[in-house]
Amino acid sequence: MSSSTDGTGGAGLEGARERWVRTGGVELCVVELGDAARPTVVLVHGYPDSKEVWAEVAGRLRDRFHVVLYDVRGHGRSTAPQPLRGGFTLEKLTDDFLAVADAVSPDAPVHLVGHDWGSVQGWEFVTVPRTEGRVASFTTISGPSLDHFGHWINDRVARPTPRRVAQLLGQGTRSWYVGALHTPALPEALWRGPLGKRWPKMVARLEKLPSGSYPTASLPTDAAHGTWLYRDNVLPRMRHPRADAFAHVPVQLITPTGDAYLSERLYDDLERWAPRLVRHTLAAKHWVPRTRPDQVSSWIAEFVTAQEEGAPARRPAPTGPYAQRFGGHLVLVTGAASGIGRATAFAFAEAGARVVAVDRDPAGVARTAEMARLVGAAEAWSEVVDVSDEQAMEKLAAKVAAEYGVVDVLVNNAGIGLTGSFMDTTTEDWKKVLDVNLWGVIHGCRTFGRQMAERGQGGHIVNTASAAAFQPSRVLPAYSTSKAAVLMLSECLRAELAGQGIGVTAICPGIVNTNITATARFAGVPEKEQQRRRAKASRAYGMRNYPPEKVADAILRAVFHDQAVVAVTPEARGLKLLSRLSPRMLRALARIEPRL
Amino acid sequence: MAAVVAGRVEGRGRSPGRSAGTGAAELRGFRAVQRLAYTCAEEVAAQLGPGMTERDATRMQREWLRGRGVRDWFHLPFAWFGDRTAFTGFRVPLQFFPTGRRLEPGMPFILDMAPIHEGFTADIGYSGCLGLDPLHDRLLADLEAHRELILREVRERRPLRDIYEDVDRLMARQGYANRHRAYPFGVIAHKVDRVRERRWSPHVLGFGTQSLKGLASDAVHGHREGWSPLWSPYRFSDHPPTPGLWAVEPHLGFRGTGAKFEELLVVTDSRDPEESAFWLDDDLPHVRRRQEEKAA
Repeated sequence: MSSSTDGTGGAGLEGARERWVRTGGVELCVVELGDAARPTVVLVHGYPDSKEVWAEVAGRLRDRFHVVLYDVRGHGRSTAPQPLRGGFTLEKLTDDFLAVADAVSPDAPVHLVGHDWGSVQGWEFVTVPRTEGRVASFTTISGPSLDHFGHWINDRVARPTPRRVAQLLGQGTRSWYVGALHTPALPEALWRGPLGKRWPKMVARLEKLPSGSYPTASLPTDAAHGTWLYRDNVLPRMRHPRADAFAHVPVQLITPTGDAYLSERLYDDLERWAPRLVRHTLAAKHWVPRTRPDQVSSWIAEFVTAQEEGAPARRPAPTGPYAQRFGGHLVLVTGAASGIGRATAFAFAEAGARVVAVDRDPAGVARTAEMARLVGAAEAWSEVVDVSDEQAMEKLAAKVAAEYGVVDVLVNNAGIGLTGSFMDTTTEDWKKVLDVNLWGVIHGCRTFGRQMAERGQGGHIVNTASAAAFQPSRVLPAYSTSKAAVLMLSECLRAELAGQGIGVTAICPGIVNTNITATARFAGVPEKEQQRRRAKASRAYGMRNYPPEKVADAILRAVFHDQAVVAVTPEARGLKLLSRLSPRMLRALARIEPRL
Repeated sequence: MAAVVAGRVEGRGRSPGRSAGTGAAELRGFRAVQRLAYTCAEEVAAQLGPGMTERDATRMQREWLRGRGVRDWFHLPFAWFGDRTAFTGFRVPLQFFPTGRRLEPGMPFILDMAPIHEGFTADIGYSGCLGLDPLHDRLLADLEAHRELILREVRERRPLRDIYEDVDRLMARQGYANRHRAYPFGVIAHKVDRVRERRWSPHVLGFGTQSLKGLASDAVHGHREGWSPLWSPYRFSDHPPTPGLWAVEPHLGFRGTGAKFEELLVVTDSRDPEESAFWLDDDLPHVRRRQEEKAA
């Protein structure tokens, strides 16, 4: 029954051991990767897919786990039941799963991971009594339990407040295809005909799937057989959802926020059914096993390991509104020894991210990393680098990629202040400001942005511009120029990277209480006067007292919502508005010389 | 330290009832009430448990102190739990007052009370945490540097406003937010004094009227003479430390966690630096804790 083969298709499945499991009149094609003595992770695919949808994830998990994939009956190389009608009920799919689990891991329970219909089945497996003791944990991606879904609809129909009606309509528009699949014969004809031919290109374009050997050649048959998944299960379960569909294992939920088929609201009451729920969200579309394999496999590995080793609760647990989104992400912040950079590093740390703090001040940046760990960062490191030094930045990028991984969120925040009229500003001053404020951002985007783009799994770049980017001023020519350049650079880069799922944000904070005033240079005045002006400016910024923590929160919000340009303080927002409504007023303001 | 300390600024005519002059006996009186308040804080903190509210905690402090003869207050006891220790989202002073927020395991808390006993005022702040929290420990440890900085710079007779800014800078270096900024007038400290004992001692918005009267009269005198009983970041605090007793309360905030201490600093007009300023009592919980840690 067992044989070793090669070429099961898709990167990551090379050298897989293949076996066939006979159950309930069908033969299932099962492949195994990794050491069978390790904990077993079973990956179940969705519709219209075959097990190869998991190739990327399986390849990343095979060194640590015993990874098992199988083609659901009627899909891929598994045979289809005869007749098709009634052959795809959740009860029969549960039989299949138990047969596979018994074959690959007879002694220990398996860790189950499901995507799309694999997850719908998974919910059935972990909520029926007969699988108790055979499943150790369940990771669900883009596939609700049909019973929970039934209750979700019933609750909203029974008490239709405006919000609940909106939620119903939202999911209704996403589920149109479910109705279409109930039409007799037509879907099969389409799949075996034009749709089957065009689907790979359609899905690659709409869902931004990376090119590769997926979907496999069996797609038309998979999709045609798979329509019976819907016809055999959806209506019966919607009409009579089980009242006892409680999960008997720990559940981890991964929700792609850009899913075109499933609303995030479906999982609002999920704690009712799965009390030990761990939530993650991912800025991606439906096929995350293909588009975000790094993040998905790292969450699976973390969750499975936690269950195997007795769930060592991390202290402190990630908190805040963004913990689900940034938990485990790798975030690099420049200028992290003080001010906005430091507050941003702490905010990401609090959400459970892994933080790399970069600055040229060794003591300050070490302190940032230390406090980041205390406040909840999964891991935190400090790196001493001058962002204006191209070679140093390239070395840093290579080191970060090798030791910590590819950066998910890059915050180019390092900047210095310089005031003084244009005539007082020397070329040296210009060079210094542009080197840090503009070239620092360019180096950051070139090195880390390139890694992000090459990985092809999305990401986000935040560049700290300034309200001075749209408010001209006679006393800030060099600083404003550098920040306006950063703003435009961010906009251009945003356009360039949009197709790769990488967002770019320019943050325009305004007057924020940081030490930029204490380190700023005042061009054209003697040293003593410099110090007096610094003290005075610091005091003025202190009186304004807008905390950098609020800017940090704005940065997390901007990444979460993928905003393009964010003005933070009220004055910055006002100036941004004025720059559109009445640029002449800004020009008039620019002529004022503040007394310091 | 036992030397008689002339607390009055030369040439300042004041009613005898509001003497800032503090002899050894008077310092003993202040020290006794400060100890009483810290004992209260420690005992109440030991009784705090999950599910108790801020109101419960303030009631416990009030009852404990009333039972030991406290009849008047500089201000009524406060208690802050969880992220309220860092004054998260505080916009109006009413938010300082105790709420129904319940204590949970791992939550930080702060007890702040200012009892008046036999005419002597204390004003103390006690930070604790229900359970172990390395972050909270770190905040408490880092407060020590502020205690040293404030004493050193007061002895150097630096203007109060400059000291305030140096504390600010140290907090920024440590990565913390300055949360005493949220107090009325953003004060890091305020003067306290002897208060005449009366049979009836009402309070307004949590503050004892006798003490408010004292502060107001100091403010009027100070305004004429160029000093202020409030130690703030504003220009009216741009003067060297004035002799008397200052209740100093640096307050650190780090995201949802806050920590402070508050105790009395004695400032005199002595020329000897050691005598010119000193903490009223070095045998307080937060100081002992540091010494024990250093010894370990």
